[in-house]
Formats: sequence, C-alpha cells, structure tokens
Amino acid sequence: MFSLDRWQEIYLTIRKNKLRTFLTGFAVAWGIFMLIILLGSGNGLENGVKEQFKGGAMNGIWISSGVTSVQYKGLKTGREIKFTDQDYKLIKNSIKGYDHISARLFLGSVLVSYKNEYGTFFVSPSHPDYGYIKEVQILQGRFLNQIDIRECRKVATIGEKVKSQLFKGRDTVALEKYINIKGVPFKIIGIFRDFGRDDNEQKRIYIPITTAQKVFYTSNVINQISFTTGDASPAEADAMLRKAKLTLSRSHTFSPDDPRAIDIMNKSEDVKRFNALFAGIRMFIWIIGIGTIIAGIVGVSNIMMISVKERTKEIGIRKALGATPGSIIGLIMQEAILITGFAGYVGLVLGVGLLELITKNMPPSDFFRNPEANFAIAVGATILLIIAGAFAGFFPAIKAAAIRPIEALREE
Amino acid sequence: MINISNIHKTYITGNNKLHVLKGIDLKVEAGEMISVMGASGSGKSTLLNILGILDNHDHGEYLLSGIKIEHLNERKAAQLRNKYLGFVFQSFNLVSFKNAAENVALPLYYQNVKRKKRNLIAMEYLDRMGLKEWAHHLPNELSGGQKQRVAIARALIGKPKVILADEPTGALDSVTSQEVMDILTDINKNENITMLIVTHELDIARRTQKTIRITDGLITEIVKN
Repeated sequence: MFSLDRWQEIYLTIRKNKLRTFLTGFAVAWGIFMLIILLGSGNGLENGVKEQFKGGAMNGIWISSGVTSVQYKGLKTGREIKFTDQDYKLIKNSIKGYDHISARLFLGSVLVSYKNEYGTFFVSPSHPDYGYIKEVQILQGRFLNQIDIRECRKVATIGEKVKSQLFKGRDTVALEKYINIKGVPFKIIGIFRDFGRDDNEQKRIYIPITTAQKVFYTSNVINQISFTTGDASPAEADAMLRKAKLTLSRSHTFSPDDPRAIDIMNKSEDVKRFNALFAGIRMFIWIIGIGTIIAGIVGVSNIMMISVKERTKEIGIRKALGATPGSIIGLIMQEAILITGFAGYVGLVLGVGLLELITKNMPPSDFFRNPEANFAIAVGATILLIIAGAFAGFFPAIKAAAIRPIEALREE
Repeated sequence: MINISNIHKTYITGNNKLHVLKGIDLKVEAGEMISVMGASGSGKSTLLNILGILDNHDHGEYLLSGIKIEHLNERKAAQLRNKYLGFVFQSFNLVSFKNAAENVALPLYYQNVKRKKRNLIAMEYLDRMGLKEWAHHLPNELSGGQKQRVAIARALIGKPKVILADEPTGALDSVTSQEVMDILTDINKNENITMLIVTHELDIARRTQKTIRITDGLITEIVKN
C-alpha cells in the first residue's frame, strides 16, 4: 500500500493540479492553525488566571471580621465584630480535618528601619502555620515556630523585597541583624519569597502574634483566622467552613446568614469555579476548531470528488489494464490523506510557531500569559488529521472504484 | 482460446429494455486473427466488452483459455484482464499526464513489477515499435500513429494471450492504418497472440484470416479471407 510507486503516482496528479491542491490544502491548514491558536489562547488565559491564584494554598480558607448587616436577636445592624484569641481556640477545637491554622493581626503599613535605611512595610503578626497557609518559600533561615510564640520572642521573617530595600545589597547577610519595627528591635531569623503577584505580599514582615499583642498593646485582639482543609473533599471543606461560621456566629451573636459580619475568602471555591469555566472554554474551543477543520475536510472531499470525475477515463484505463478496486481506493484515499496530512502539519507548525512568538515577545499580563500548545494537543491534532484525511478520501474513493471501464472508455 | 456459446446481453435503461446480443456462438483458436464487422448498434462493441471482461453477459457460457468467466468479482476480473488480455482502442486511451514509457509500463505496475525492471521492459517494447526516441514524450506530443503504437506496446507488455482491438485504425489515415495493421499482423504471426479486431473498414478486415459479420445481435456471416 505504501510503495514508492503509489507516492509517485500521487505526486504526478498533484503536480498536474498545483493551484487546486494548494487551495484545498490551505483550507485544512487554516483549520488546524485556528484550532492551535484558539487552544493556545485558551491555555494563555488559563495560565494568566492561575497566576492570580498563586501565593496561598489552593485549599486555604481565610475568615476576617467585619460589620453586621442583619438584625439578629434584638441586636441592631452595623455592629463591628472583633475576633479574639478565644475565637482562634474555639475554631481550632471545633473544626475537624484542618491541616494548618493560624490567627493574624492587621497592623497595616508600618515604618521599619535598619541603621539609616527606612521603609514602610506590612507587618503581619501570625502563627507559625501561616507559612504553610500562604505557601511562602523560605530562602534563608526559618519561618516562625512555636517557641517564638510561647516565649513572645522579638523575631521576624522578612520578605526578600524587604531585605533588598533595607539592606541595599551592601550588607548581604541580613540574618541575625536587628531591625526596628515601630521603635522595637526585632531579630531577623529568616527571609522568604512569596509567589503572590501583589507587591505587598513580597514586602511583608511576619512576627509572632503573641509578641505583637504584647509590645503593640493590642491585648487579645486578632483580625483574621485562616486554615487549610488538608485533603478534604469539597463537601468536607464546605462542612468545615460552615462549622467555623456557626461557631463564630454563636460566640459573637450574629446571624449565620449575615454576609457582612465576617468576610470569607475560600480559595478552593474560586479555583473550582475557574476550573469549571475553563473546562467550558476548552470544550467551546474544540467545538469551534473541529467545526473549522470539518469545513476544510469537506473542501478536500469535494475537490477529490471533482478530481475523480475528471479522472474517470484514466481510472477506466487503469481498470482495463488490471487495476483492482482496492488499488483504486487506496490511490484516492492516500492522496486525500497526503493533502490533509501535509497541509494540516503546515498549519500546526505555523500555529505553534506563532504561539511561541507571542510567548517570547509579549509581556505576560494579568489575564494572559504563556499561551502554549502542549505535546498532547499536537498529537491529538495529528491523529485528528489522519482520520480526517481518510474520511475526506473515503467517499470519492468509493465513487472511483465504482467506475465501470466500458463507460469510462466510451467515445466522447 | 475463446469459446462462447449462446451469449445474451440486455441493457436496461429506465423502462427501456435493449436486447443487444441474442445468442452469439463463437470459437476462436489460439493464434487466430479475426475481424468483427457490423453496422453501429449491431452489438459488436458489446461483444468485445464481454470478451474483454469489461462487462458481464446475462446468459450463456464464456471460456477464456479454459477458464469459465462467470460471476467474477471486480478484483478477479481485473486480475484476469491483466494476465490474459491486451486492449487497443480507437481513441488510444493513453493516460495524458504520463509519458510514453510510463504508459507502456502501466500494466506491469499492476503485476507488481519493480519500477526499474518495468521501465527497462517498457523501453524494449517501445524500441520494437520504433519509438525509442519518443519514450519521454507525453501523448499530446505524439502523432496518431505513434499514439496507437504506444497503445499496442502497452497491450503487449503484459504478455497477453489475446489482444482485443476496438476500431484500432478508426482515428488514423489510410497509410498509418496499414502500418498499424502491419504491426498487428507481425505480432500475431511472430508471437502467436490471438487477435480480435472490431472494424468497419473492409480493407482492414481483409487483412485478417476470418471476418465475422454481426447483424442485430446475431452472427450472420463468417468469411475466410
């Protein structure tokens, strides 16, 4: 079936109809090109949005205190809810299955100095577990630990941007040095990197929450409780969040249905929503892409139909000279597969090339970065092409095989 | 070589039935060269198509070199054509985008002969037809007589037992016609290939050993020349 002679026969017919073959092939190449571009753009969009999720565990839940907006048990709206250490302990004891849990205090932007260098940074008192919840990467030293909490040590783990700003590179070793936070000296015990996109997340300083409560006189107040749900299923994670909400609503007497009393950020919920959205977009792209390819295939099939019509006499001669129906079918189908395969491959290469060009030259934006057509897509597209080519050639081939030599050779 | 008895063929187009062959009996010995004459519509071309396994007969028996030709599938028919039969047509029926040598080699392609060997044999046959210099020309660069000689070379290359020629001189002038007949007669004599020539020209028919006249789907006359 794949003898050199057969290819030579096909080459001769294609050479005879260069323009027609080119135009037909173009339709297929365009179809594949569009499919690759669409899929790549879909991936770019997805990568861009995924980038937004970075800097924080995918299964993290953050609960911050807010202001009530629903009347409850005779209490009016507009009440400010204030979390305390008590709430942290309550939640820690009531929910089951969490991985890490931490309370956090919001001090906001704070003036920090090292020798003569000054800067305002976000100082974030928290528990040691927050390092896991935020998924920071420790570059040097360590994150906070339980002893720091228990002994209320004046230690700090600082972001790499904090370090580069305060130490200006002239003093590369920052560990064990003391920085001043609101006039209180803290020893640097670690430097971290945060993968979050927000600059504030890089310019952060973590200190033990117990130390902050003591030296900055905030007593037992906390602003946020966050935890990760471990390997809990979405339903189990939901149950944990509900339990935490209920616990807080009981201890602070606000309606469990009040949307403003506490502010919840549920990362797994967002991730789930976006995954569903992108699955939808991907399916949409495949449907459009395959539609475009089908248009190309119908074109190939059409042209092959005309070609068979034009070659009726030639096929009649071949049959008279001993060509079997099988060999005629093979000839036509192979030509169709060759045209679709070759043209499609050109489209594939051009599409991937353009995506590469975009990736290299376009700065990643908030919602679009690194559009890529991965290996699986390329393999899938290739298989699709071969099937498409066979499909395009099938009906013309059957028609060709049915040509009766006597009719074909009859005088015009 | 060819033995047919009581062959019937009816063409049905829509509601019309056309009884073309109404019981033909014919025996052609190996090495014979006979001509078939008849008015147009007499059924002579239909007979040739049936003999060439390009069409099926409805009734009767057809033995080709002792093989019963009946209810063949297309594949089998193609193989028999390739092995036993060579065709020469009035309009030459050369493949227009293949040069003379490639046209001649085509039957060997369907015998799975390797390309190099095929081309070598094709050149040999073209040489015999005196067309060696024209081997790489396309059919539209050849004269009518040259085209027919290419077609004869193509018919011969498969070493057939029978050559079926449908008006082989119909598109040629009288001088060229006689040249083509010279070649066919030579082949018949030297290679002992059975030959059946359909024609409407008397001087062509006279150059064969026997002339069969068909009228209205029946053989009405057999004349020895």
